[in-house]
Amino acid sequence: MLIAIFIIFALQLFGEALQQIFELAIPGPVIGLILLLASLILTKSNFNPRFFTLRKSLVSTSEHLLGYLSLLFVPIGVGVVMHLQLLETQALRILLVILLGTISTMIFTSWFFSKLHKKENHE
Amino acid sequence: MSESTKLYEVWVYLQAEPLFWLTLTIGAYLLADQIYKSCNLFPILNPVALSIMIVSTCLIVFEVEYERYFDGAKFIHFLLGPATVALAIPIYLNWNVVLQAKKAIIFTVLIGGFFALCATYGLAVLLGLDITTIKTLLPRNVTAPIAMGISEVIGGVPSLTAIVTIITGILGAALGTFTLDLLKIKDMAARGFAFGLASHGIGTARAMARNEEAGVFAAVAMGLSGIVTAVMIPLVFLIINGLV
Repeated sequence: MLIAIFIIFALQLFGEALQQIFELAIPGPVIGLILLLASLILTKSNFNPRFFTLRKSLVSTSEHLLGYLSLLFVPIGVGVVMHLQLLETQALRILLVILLGTISTMIFTSWFFSKLHKKENHE
Repeated sequence: MSESTKLYEVWVYLQAEPLFWLTLTIGAYLLADQIYKSCNLFPILNPVALSIMIVSTCLIVFEVEYERYFDGAKFIHFLLGPATVALAIPIYLNWNVVLQAKKAIIFTVLIGGFFALCATYGLAVLLGLDITTIKTLLPRNVTAPIAMGISEVIGGVPSLTAIVTIITGILGAALGTFTLDLLKIKDMAARGFAFGLASHGIGTARAMARNEEAGVFAAVAMGLSGIVTAVMIPLVFLIINGLV
């Protein structure tokens, strides 16, 4: 358990360091995500018992953490009280962008995916 | 000392305590989650939106500064980074699904992710929103921790990004089934993928509740589009800035 927490923290730290050093515009935690995913996939076929326990504890620790994911947005979300003015003048237009943007993205994505998926299944 | 001045003193003491705001945040979330569950997971009553409203109302009514609140709430906020790293796990667990339909998945994540960006940008410009608001809106279709990270990097307002991201998820979850039925999309994988890409975690939860295959594809779409968008948005900005 503790080793899984250590790995997750260390990967975030490493991601943030990489972001600083190379002045990347990708958020540090996302770099950590990519590194974790890559190392999990690369060691997937390694059946060494030590790797096996480590993978298991990474999965269970992450699932615990992600179980509370919604709660983690609340502190920053409350920061909206500082931007009420910005919202007041633009709220309606922002809502319109979200509504039309979301529906059009859904239509395009489902159409595009089903076309490619059909072709791939026929191959 | 009168009763009311004593009460006031207790309040002054409590609101200076970080623990008070930490406890309030967790309490508000538990309450919101309870309301959401007792209303059959009705999308508009999303627990994140509800708890943000509860806590914000407290801050406004009692005239508490956000900085003071954040002094306590930062202990929760701190876990957002590690949780983002942990998002690798659902992608990893569904990796065999990715391999099964890799062409469709890779191309749709890239083209669909780009489409989402263009749709948001185009609509925002059309409606005359200012540049900070546009930057705040751009990553709205990916999962909130990644969206907030992108917003911060490109100069948007992360807390507003959190709100618009949640609204995106709610609208997608509420209107997605109807929209896709209208289009007669029967491929469950395609339906799920659209939910995950257009409305991240909230859409994914909705897709999972309706169909297992759709749920798995939604989870894959959410994870991969988060990564792709985090790379794509800064890249687009670099290209634009390089050309100008």
